[in-house]
Amino acid sequence: MLVLWSDVVVWLLVLSLVGFGWQLKRDALARERWRLVAQSHTALASSVILLWFVLIALADSIHWRTDDPYRPVVSVLDVALGKMATGQEKSYSAPFAIESLWKETRQTEDGSVIRAPVALKYAGTHLNDASEQATDIVQQSIFWLVVGAGLAAILVMLLARLRLFKDTDIPWRTAALTLVSLSALSAWLWGMGQSYHVLGTGKVGQDVLYETLKGVRTGMLIGGLTTLLTLPFAISLGIAAGYFKGWVDDAVQYTYTTLNAVPGVLLIASAMLLAQLYLAQHAELFASEQERADVRLLLVCLVLGLTGWTGLARILRAESLKLREMEYVKAAKAFGVSDGKIIGRHLLPNVGHLVLIAVVLDFSGLVLAEAVLSYVGIGVDPTMPSWGNMINLARQELNREPVVWWNLFGAFAGMFTLVLSANLLADRIQQVFNPRATRS
Amino acid sequence: MTTYIIRRLLWLLPILLMVNLLTFTLFFVVNSPDDMARAQLGNKHVTDAAIAAWKAARGYDLPLLWNSEASGWSMLSQTIFWQKSVQLMLFDFGVSDAGRAIGADLAQRAWPSLWLALPSFVLGLLVNIALALLLVMFRGQWLDKLGLVITVIIMSISGLFFIIGGQYVMAKLWHWFPISGYEPDGDLWRFLLLPIVLGVIAGVGAGVRWYRSILLEEADKDFARTARAKGMSQWQVMRKHVLPNGMLPILTGVVAVLPLLFMGSLIMESFFGIPGLGSYTIDAINSQDFAIVRAMVYLGAVLYVFGLILTDIAYAWADPRVRLGDD
Amino acid sequence: MKWWLLLSCIVSLSAQATWNNPYPRGWVHENTLFSAFSAPPKTLDPVKSYSSNEWVFLANIVEPPLQYHYLKRPYQLEPLILTQMPTVHYDAASDTSSYTLHLRDDVAYAPHPAFAGQKRKVTATDLAYAIARMSDRRNGSPILDMMMPLIVGLEAQVATLAKLPKSSEWRDYRQFNPQGVEVVDERTLVIRIKGQYPPFIYWLAMPFFAPIPWEVDAYYAQPGMKEANQSWSWMPVGSGAYYLAENNPNRRMVLQRNPYFHAESYPHEAGSTVPKSLLADAGKPLPFIDRVVFALEKEAVPYWAKFLQGYYDASGVSSEVFDQAIQLNEQGKLSLTAEMRAKNMQLISSVATSSSYMGFNMRDPVIGQGNDKATYLRQAISIAIDYEEQIAIFLNGRGVVAQGLIPPGIAGASTDCNPITHVGEAGQCQRRPLADAKALMAKAGYADGIDPATGKALVLYYDTVSTGADDKAQLDWMRKQFAKLGIQLVIRSTDYNRFQEKMLAGNAQIFSWGWNADYPDAENFLFLLAGSNAKMDSGGENASNYKNPQFDVLYEQIARMEDSSERRALIQQAVALVREDAPWVFGLHPQSVSLFHGWVNNVYPNLMANNTLKYRRIDVTQREQAQESWNQPILWPFALAALLLMGLVGLVWRKQRKEHSL
Repeated sequence: MLVLWSDVVVWLLVLSLVGFGWQLKRDALARERWRLVAQSHTALASSVILLWFVLIALADSIHWRTDDPYRPVVSVLDVALGKMATGQEKSYSAPFAIESLWKETRQTEDGSVIRAPVALKYAGTHLNDASEQATDIVQQSIFWLVVGAGLAAILVMLLARLRLFKDTDIPWRTAALTLVSLSALSAWLWGMGQSYHVLGTGKVGQDVLYETLKGVRTGMLIGGLTTLLTLPFAISLGIAAGYFKGWVDDAVQYTYTTLNAVPGVLLIASAMLLAQLYLAQHAELFASEQERADVRLLLVCLVLGLTGWTGLARILRAESLKLREMEYVKAAKAFGVSDGKIIGRHLLPNVGHLVLIAVVLDFSGLVLAEAVLSYVGIGVDPTMPSWGNMINLARQELNREPVVWWNLFGAFAGMFTLVLSANLLADRIQQVFNPRATRS
Repeated sequence: MTTYIIRRLLWLLPILLMVNLLTFTLFFVVNSPDDMARAQLGNKHVTDAAIAAWKAARGYDLPLLWNSEASGWSMLSQTIFWQKSVQLMLFDFGVSDAGRAIGADLAQRAWPSLWLALPSFVLGLLVNIALALLLVMFRGQWLDKLGLVITVIIMSISGLFFIIGGQYVMAKLWHWFPISGYEPDGDLWRFLLLPIVLGVIAGVGAGVRWYRSILLEEADKDFARTARAKGMSQWQVMRKHVLPNGMLPILTGVVAVLPLLFMGSLIMESFFGIPGLGSYTIDAINSQDFAIVRAMVYLGAVLYVFGLILTDIAYAWADPRVRLGDD
Repeated sequence: MKWWLLLSCIVSLSAQATWNNPYPRGWVHENTLFSAFSAPPKTLDPVKSYSSNEWVFLANIVEPPLQYHYLKRPYQLEPLILTQMPTVHYDAASDTSSYTLHLRDDVAYAPHPAFAGQKRKVTATDLAYAIARMSDRRNGSPILDMMMPLIVGLEAQVATLAKLPKSSEWRDYRQFNPQGVEVVDERTLVIRIKGQYPPFIYWLAMPFFAPIPWEVDAYYAQPGMKEANQSWSWMPVGSGAYYLAENNPNRRMVLQRNPYFHAESYPHEAGSTVPKSLLADAGKPLPFIDRVVFALEKEAVPYWAKFLQGYYDASGVSSEVFDQAIQLNEQGKLSLTAEMRAKNMQLISSVATSSSYMGFNMRDPVIGQGNDKATYLRQAISIAIDYEEQIAIFLNGRGVVAQGLIPPGIAGASTDCNPITHVGEAGQCQRRPLADAKALMAKAGYADGIDPATGKALVLYYDTVSTGADDKAQLDWMRKQFAKLGIQLVIRSTDYNRFQEKMLAGNAQIFSWGWNADYPDAENFLFLLAGSNAKMDSGGENASNYKNPQFDVLYEQIARMEDSSERRALIQQAVALVREDAPWVFGLHPQSVSLFHGWVNNVYPNLMANNTLKYRRIDVTQREQAQESWNQPILWPFALAALLLMGLVGLVWRKQRKEHSL
């Protein structure tokens, strides 16, 4: 068993989400609001998809060491994906191909030397002849789609028997449909991934679908952890500035204006350059590259978090300024209630919705930002599977002849699905929680 | 008004000071001049003497904060802090680690950046507002709904995809534009059109939604409702009430970012080979040329502060009471 | 206003056949060569510049005393601004060799404001000035530390100059000639060096020894010049075929024909392997091309695309586009694909005079020198790392597996197989089977890679400079090579700074590095393993810290000899020693491949010479036709877009009318 720092963080993140949900049970108003959120078809479907991403990230966050020198560290996801993870070819191959894209020089039986594609090691090996490929793909596809859909359908039915769907306002049908299609798709990808490279292979022969799935964890971490890191700063400083006013306000405003004044990319770049310097100087601290890449990922989150709290802090400051003039706050103050208690009882609960909205909005922006940072060379470690790194490689690949588009497509599909789901959910949350936006 | 601005200026000066101090600490306390020298000297026959000479040529051989070997005033001035940071405060950018005068390079590169950023910004603004208006006019109808769906989709796609895809299709496959480059002597628009268009497309998702929400707020106000009740057409309501009132928050938002356009667009410039400040920055990061990074950080901070002041002026100018007097 | 702008766009578009020409309109019709550079040069100061991407410009601008013959092979020096090759005289009494250089009298600098409109001829003083300028530390010459023990009096001169008070004022180096540099008359210079060191002559073909006119040096020392980027670094002046007409490293560099260029004609002779067609222009005056434009093209993607569109005249071949451009025939030889042949391309390839190797730190307790076990371990690794495969996967076959440290094409390069790692005849070396490596592992005490001290797999550390995502693949591959022996390879990738620091401190165990020949002589490679150059002791280039007294004796002998059969025999002995000791895994010699469009003539690979622009000739009409036929804009998307737009406008219009009619 090997515990990476980011694993801990992922689990903590999920646990805190669960805790947050538990908290909701007690708060009637919040529960009502979340019910409103869930009443939207898109929001519910998005939540199911996001949940699926979270599961993938979780499965990819339990690591242990192996004796295999090729793969010194593996995760549950690696094991679950089976041949997708282990079936590494030499170089590029197209989606569903059974022949390589690269050519090798070899001798034929009649003695002449040719340069031609070779049969892939891990794709279509069960076929007796290349002509069977098309039929095999169709047959397998049907099989896996049915299996996936069937399994999900059984699950839904079981849940229905448990009378989980009693709240009729919520469009359970949509959720069930999403779940069934998602499961069918997953089963298909997994099943086909065992005998073919569904999204082809990359430059060193790694399965692109596998890389894409591995990228989920990186994307989720960058989006989730960073937003979480910003919260303590933003909430404490923002509320303190608005509530206490005076020199506290001045100091906080001064701090965030200064941070904002430094161009974002440059601030991140400088911090990352220096962090890299530190990592390079202290290479002995890390037993494996994976651990080093892991620390670098956390550093990226930290740096992004350090620069990202200012926006929310400003909103919270303005809101606190407003709230402290409210009658009940003034009354509490007149009765001599301590500042800490006033903040805890009256201010914090009343800015909760703003924090929530900021979190969901920031999440998708950060997932997108990762790609840009990787492009500039100040993002996650280049050895780490991430969508940004895939896009980065894809530039060169588009220039090849024949064009290698699957890396770009994999990153695009993963990123688009995650960000779109997050955006749709964020939209609905904003509608419900922000009274000003409810009218549309 | 004048005293207000002067007060703000005095408030903003410490920010520049702090930014400067921050970069100084980051770059000189954590990073050593020896590292910079080795990074710049290449890979053949790098000796200690060569490193010493490199540092001496760029003034990195001085003590950090206090020169105890010097006497009098030069105890302060003959230090890295004075030579690099204080000079920077006075807009003396000095020489890059690679050996070029930064000031001259900045002056040369600001123009391409501006030529790309300003039209992108203005065109983006116009397109976004126009589309937002359209959506507001057809509010709640299928066009609005479709528009919202499209904007969410665009928002969910990384800008890199637009750039990579656009360059590939329009420049490489269709031969419409030069793939990259910049030629002020020829017809500049041939080189700028593609990045501008792609920039506008990539920004249209978030932009339209933002302006739509601003305009919607105005459209829901009483005077707009009254006007509609009085029988004004949708278009007239938009033109006479919603747009002019919506312009206020839009304009104040615009002036804050306007000065920052000088900094250029990092990604666009490096993808399309435009020799502006954005690609300057990216090159400096990649080659770890800290002198340039420091100069750009400071320049960015100055422009940001300038934007803040402009916003203040804009707010004062657009104050409702002042406006009433104008009407 | 808007309509007018749009109209002018359309008019100017239709006025030209292609829309995507990335240059000012007229240029493609002129006698101009279009090239590119991928990173701004750091400096073009002849005393400082020491990288091939800078010499691409510099070598065409300044002229050192000698140059490499363009077409003769093996590489041969010839006088450039001298009337004859320098005469060498060895004086045994003082143990010094003196080189006498006689300057031509028709060599003049390109116009420069410092000359005030005068035609300024090159004098012997200018050559001495360059050496004196080199001896000033503040000019940061990278070769000063190498020249110091060589040129008589240089060391003393460096000390004298270092003692002068610090100031940024101009130093007239005419007053600071080192003792060993003597201006005999206006056209004669004598340089004396300590002992005998024949490879010194090669340095006289590098820009470091190009003449420096003192007027220009004084001109650049004026206040305000540096702030405007007016300095040797950005505006070098020389007597070359071209001068730097536009220097904007942020965008482009333009070389223009030097109006004062001395008489030089295209060579009459060529090596036996050189195609006769290259002699078609023999005897014609140089240069052929009026202007050379270098555009800044940072990335390979746009570069290749523009090259295919005909807007660059030459291009390298990255692995991404390899299969599009090049195919390997039966003998594994490179040839063009049908697509490229249809575009009338030329393929130019040659094995580079450089070595990429994997080094072992010979002072490391596990893998270093001192016991036989470690030697077996190094040999086992040398067999296991399958460079043939690396060349096939990562270089598309563009490389030759190294059998020793000296690349082919250099006198003394070994042609036989390295018996430690390969078996077979010269030219058909086969890598030894993995079983041999495993046997060596067992001999070393690490049977199946198990370290008896820990009972687990042996762990080795590999230090490397890695930045790009591309490196990941290479690193994964490297890990696999070690895994074949059961060794667990821990990769410690750092930035180049940290890497150098580690090498200097000797903290690395295994590392990768390379060496690019300064000059075509075996000595330039053997010195990489000379004990006196050990990186940990002297900061020299012997990064492995290899020290073998036998080898060192051989090296000293070789360095003092002219090329001869005895010398070559000694080189073979030295190489045999190194093969046995295996301080390096002799990696590979990369093969450089480039493509030229059909309209570029007189292209022949010369890896030593950088001043080759003057030999090139282009056919402008052929280029114009090709560009036009390859770049016709595709118009159907316009029609489609117009249709869509009309549909949308129509819909909105209808809606609006409906509302009005209500």
